[in-house]
Amino acid sequence: MSMLPQLFFGYFAFAIIVLSLLVITRKNPVHSVMWMLLLFFHIASMYLFLNAEFIAAIQVIVYAGAILVLFLFVVLLLNLKEELESARFVGSWPAAVLISGGIFVGLAASMLSVSLGPKGNFTVDLIQRVTHTKVLGQILYTEYLFPFEIASLVLLIAVVGAIVLAKKRMRSH
Amino acid sequence: MPFLMPDLGPVMPELVMTVLALFILMADLVIKRKETVALLSIAGTAGVVMLLPGALGTTFNGMVLSDGYSMFFKFIFLLNVILTVLISIKYLSIERVNFGEYYALILFSTIGMMLMASAGDLIVLYLGLELMALSTYVLAGFIRYDIRSNEASLKYFLLGAFASGFLLYGISLIYGLTGTTDIRMIAGYLGRGGFSGNPMLIISMVFFAVAFSFKIAAVPFHMWAPDAYEGAPTSVTAFMSVGPKAAGFAVLGRVFLTAFGSMQADWSIILIPIAILTMGVGNIVALSQTNIKRMLAYSSIAHAGYALLGIIAGTQDGVASVMLYMLVYAFMNIGAFGVIIMLRSENFKGDNISDFEGLAKNHPLAAALMLIFMFSLTGIPPTAGFMGKFYLFMSAINAGYLGVVIIAVIFSAISAYFYLRIVMLMYMKEPKGEIVLSTSPALGLALAITLIFVLFIGVAPSIFLDLAKAAAATF
Repeated sequence: MSMLPQLFFGYFAFAIIVLSLLVITRKNPVHSVMWMLLLFFHIASMYLFLNAEFIAAIQVIVYAGAILVLFLFVVLLLNLKEELESARFVGSWPAAVLISGGIFVGLAASMLSVSLGPKGNFTVDLIQRVTHTKVLGQILYTEYLFPFEIASLVLLIAVVGAIVLAKKRMRSH
Repeated sequence: MPFLMPDLGPVMPELVMTVLALFILMADLVIKRKETVALLSIAGTAGVVMLLPGALGTTFNGMVLSDGYSMFFKFIFLLNVILTVLISIKYLSIERVNFGEYYALILFSTIGMMLMASAGDLIVLYLGLELMALSTYVLAGFIRYDIRSNEASLKYFLLGAFASGFLLYGISLIYGLTGTTDIRMIAGYLGRGGFSGNPMLIISMVFFAVAFSFKIAAVPFHMWAPDAYEGAPTSVTAFMSVGPKAAGFAVLGRVFLTAFGSMQADWSIILIPIAILTMGVGNIVALSQTNIKRMLAYSSIAHAGYALLGIIAGTQDGVASVMLYMLVYAFMNIGAFGVIIMLRSENFKGDNISDFEGLAKNHPLAAALMLIFMFSLTGIPPTAGFMGKFYLFMSAINAGYLGVVIIAVIFSAISAYFYLRIVMLMYMKEPKGEIVLSTSPALGLALAITLIFVLFIGVAPSIFLDLAKAAAATF
């Protein structure tokens, strides 16, 4: 019985890594996007597994639902035939593999000596009792009100920026 | 969980600035003359400067630390807005991109910088950084019909997003290690000892160093800077070579000296090579540039290297000298860009170094201004650049980093070649063709302000140095 959570985690962690590799190694961008869809669902499951049902729902609605559709639109604007003929990676990919491999080894090694910090108020028990959505909502509008408001400004800038960069008039008089 | 209305006093400058930015966004709809929008932005920003001294304190559960340190940086950011807007007014109509959103974006970017400077929590720091960066990405691509402006925006955006990834990874590691994202609580937790040489903490510090190095354009994370600086509208180049860089130093000081204050022995090993590489690559690659904006991009990289010395010193004097240097850099760099903007006219790009040939013959005043700013960037007395460098190097020597300072002085001497080459071209060569300067009262005012302060700080640095020292003492 106690093995079950580990098994779940092991599957999702492994699947996420494999799917990420598939996303970046496919030649056909449509395939990449489809693998990414599967990847997003696995990430959402991982959140669900961690009692974070709100984040899981957001992951599906925003990432799988909205962002991926946007990706597909962009992909459809590409010339797929041309895309399929070009090399998947630029010439300097061995350097990238080396650097990311180095970071991986460093992180993996540091995991051996990790000491977690003091635990906060939100224990697994409490979150299971009150539900994650409620806890998140409460904390977002009290303790984290200030960053929450900054995030709204960031979104506003995204809107303004999109209009500035894409509106009809290129030149003023 | 009861909700108590937080004290809004310490965030008043940010609040007023946000209202101002939203107002400018709205006013743009009804005001047809964009010069009026620019003047409103300047007036509003000047009003916010007045609010700064009254807005001290800590609020939102320690998420905002409005102390002397952040106040000094906020002053630099607001000054940056005023000077940038002054040099933009005429330039935008020459480039035919005279849209009101430009001013709103500059204000929003500055709000992000202000939030970064007074961030007491890593989440606020990150969101402030994103607000600053997103606005600047859009500004860099503001000349939509110019392919190089598009390129600048895209490169800046992609590498900035990459840097954000590093920052978030660093934050998540430090959160796992200490159980908090509050900068002062992290400092308290790490200060209890036993963390020296902790591999995860070192990786986290490396990630922070990488992310901030992107923002201040330190080598080897500077690749975006030359293309972004060259392609972006010149006024935006001036803006982003001062504002985001100063904001980067503000958070660098806050995170490394407060949160990681007890780990100085570990992180100075990370920052010293970055500083030396930055000074080296910046100064040496600048030698071979033909485009003046690109040359100033490498110069800006090199200056980040000098300023890093103050952070590495880690003392109060070091912090004060970084603050003074950022202020000085704002004046001398925007001044230099102001002269470059003057050369841009309807049918003339004026951003090649060869365009400066013989400038002194036809336009002696513009040449003299450029001469002073180039002297200041080189660090020749009696200009502010000399004083800024002097205090930086002194603080590093006093902290025991003599070797690094010697390297810095050598690179500083190398830099004289490319700065003074411009002076040589202006005064010793014959003009190639007739150059029409695009002057305006606003640009003249900006150049007058920068000139006065470059000379004033060069002769009497003590006023601003004392202010910086007092500000650093509250930190």
